[in-house]
Amino acid sequence: MDMEFSPEDIAFQTEVREFIAENYPAELRGKQDEGEELSKEDFLAWHKVLYKKGWVAPAWPVEYGGTGWTPTQRFIWSEETARADCIRLMPFGLAMVGPVIYTFGTPEQKAYFLPRILSGEDWWCQGYSEPGSGSDLASLRTTAVPDGDDYIVNGQKTWTTMAQYADWGFFLVRTDKEAKQQEGISFLLIDMKSPGITVRPIITLGGEHEVNEVWLEDVRVPQSQRVYEENKGWTCAKFLLAHERTGIAGVAASKRGVEKVKSIARTELDGDKPLLQNPFFKRKIAELEVDLTALEFTELRSLAGANAGKGPGPESSLLKIKGSEIQQRLTELTLEAVGHYGAPYFRGFGEGDNEHPIGPDYAHRAAPTYFNMRKTTIYGGSNEIQRNIIAKMVLGL
Amino acid sequence: MDFTYTETQDMIRDTLSRFLADTYDFDTRQKFINSDAGRDPAIWTALAQELGMLGAAFAEEHGGLGGGALENAIVMEELGKVLGIEPYLPTVVIAGGALKAVGGAQAEKFIPEIIAGNVIVAFAYAEPQGRYDLANLRTTAKKDGAGYVLNGHKGVVYAAPWATHLLVTARTGGGQRDADGVSLFLIDANLPGIVRRDYPTVDGSRASEIYFENVTIPADALLGGEGAALPLIEQIVDEATVAVCAEATGVMQKLHDGTLEYTQQRKQFGVPIAKFQVLQHRMVDMFMEVEQARSMTIMGTLKLGLPANERKAAVSAAKNKVARGAKFVGQNAIQTHGGIGITQELAIGHYFKRATMIESQFGNADYHLDRFEQITLAE
Repeated sequence: MDMEFSPEDIAFQTEVREFIAENYPAELRGKQDEGEELSKEDFLAWHKVLYKKGWVAPAWPVEYGGTGWTPTQRFIWSEETARADCIRLMPFGLAMVGPVIYTFGTPEQKAYFLPRILSGEDWWCQGYSEPGSGSDLASLRTTAVPDGDDYIVNGQKTWTTMAQYADWGFFLVRTDKEAKQQEGISFLLIDMKSPGITVRPIITLGGEHEVNEVWLEDVRVPQSQRVYEENKGWTCAKFLLAHERTGIAGVAASKRGVEKVKSIARTELDGDKPLLQNPFFKRKIAELEVDLTALEFTELRSLAGANAGKGPGPESSLLKIKGSEIQQRLTELTLEAVGHYGAPYFRGFGEGDNEHPIGPDYAHRAAPTYFNMRKTTIYGGSNEIQRNIIAKMVLGL
Repeated sequence: MDFTYTETQDMIRDTLSRFLADTYDFDTRQKFINSDAGRDPAIWTALAQELGMLGAAFAEEHGGLGGGALENAIVMEELGKVLGIEPYLPTVVIAGGALKAVGGAQAEKFIPEIIAGNVIVAFAYAEPQGRYDLANLRTTAKKDGAGYVLNGHKGVVYAAPWATHLLVTARTGGGQRDADGVSLFLIDANLPGIVRRDYPTVDGSRASEIYFENVTIPADALLGGEGAALPLIEQIVDEATVAVCAEATGVMQKLHDGTLEYTQQRKQFGVPIAKFQVLQHRMVDMFMEVEQARSMTIMGTLKLGLPANERKAAVSAAKNKVARGAKFVGQNAIQTHGGIGITQELAIGHYFKRATMIESQFGNADYHLDRFEQITLAE
């Protein structure tokens, strides 16, 4: 056991650092610095740079376009991208449906979809939750009824992130109403331009349009777009949830987040001293850093387990719970740090007056981000559901 | 970067865990901790001579197995699992650590004796006024001819009643809280003028108040430079701190295991109480603390070799997290057991007591968070 980087690792770290410095899109950097919302094109700009380099899907097996990096190299990659404040790529294709397709898909599905996910040609969304099926996902009621070589799909999905941009969606649908809930579900890939699909925005607390309702009305889907066997979709869903949970720890991004909060608290004054010298505030930062270290080393231990062939197991629920709590505490401390200037709301009245800016730039997104990030303990299986998973799968209760 | 144990390390763990399963069941332990001696000396001898366990963390040139801090952590975690009161921490981790650091004739003299089980060392560092400040010392060692004369009062010296030797911190110069002027001595425990008041501790061990009354000690008892030992003392205390984090991991693991087991047997309202979601989620929260304690112990152990400030920040982060976790897991283990948890009858309460003492050993959560932020948030 050791924490040393080999000479090859150090060379890799240098290569990554230089690559990012030379290739990270300048326009994207500018928008991030100004705290502007990012568009589809912004996300794709960085995606395409990485695709060109062959680094867009480090976690994938090499035969499907992965990098073949060691766990240490992947650790370095996430550290370096976070240090450089690179945006995180959209997970729906790369981290979610991609692994499902290369694990469970037909040769035709792999050949068609995987290259398009890697190149960014297709934007994906996730059709899981329904108005009546949140934590109890297996109770979902969207139906797919066979009709010749197709299915006819009817129902309503919700909380569908970035569906307004999506070319494709992966959907959980009921194909057997008589079977036990989990055993009557199938996993379908649906072209979002299919007739009968309607996407309606849901505006969240920070004013963002991230999530949507998706209505499916007599949508015709070829059966060849079902992944894995009919009524075995729950297997894909569980596999995907475990994958989703590992990335969710967000250690490297939270480390970067700590640096950002510290930098704000060095600028903000509390009496005649920087806020960072306020003993109460400082203590909260210190405790957060300690907790983040505990999460980091728990993830590193879990990667060592994955490396030893165990794969991401139910313990990844721990990473999700602790990771999301830390992400929320970061936004809480940021909002606390900006004081009065958490209040001004910048959406909907156009560009500000450059000569008389309202509050510091770093304050503009503090409250909306705090509001928005409440999602982290709810999505991907709420933290209460994660506790149920640990209780059942790890503790055997 | 590698987070796996070597085969030798796995073997050390397996051997020790099998040995302790045979020799250290709860009832046996209760018998010998309540005996006059407060321990079973045969266990220490067996650890040394049958298992070679006391050499796990020493270099081969001194007769050890060539290990270090990771081996110490393995031994301490296993001892934690059985509430072991064996003086491994003061003898091997602390005195052994100091001897390894200073090297030379003293290391050559004492390390083989430690490995053989012939020497037991108690670490006399704390003083009634000093809390966790290692430099806050009223004990003095005055130069006298070729040696020194020791005077002062050391408090709560764990394992002192069993010790053949004492590792003592004392002032050879400077004011009561100065960093300069602190020295470290390894002395015979039975020198004239050493007065001990022995007592049991709440966590099943034995300790002493020690009074040095004009104790004459030889010059070669000095470890490290005269008046310049504080960095060495900080280093060995950091090594000891991660070692108790490892012990805590074992203790917390058993608190969690015991709680899981009990809630599956105990029935209320016609069902095992483990069926209740409120208790399931509590036990998941305990599980997460145990896992994070294990992660932080590894983190702290791996960073012991870094430059002093990085080492201190890492060790303090570990101890802060482990202390908080030990409190949470201990208190909730008792709460989940209900009334039976607060009796002496079950092992669970005894694990809780040890967990509680570990919380503040070498500095509590607040002390370590403060030390952490003085390094990481220094402006």
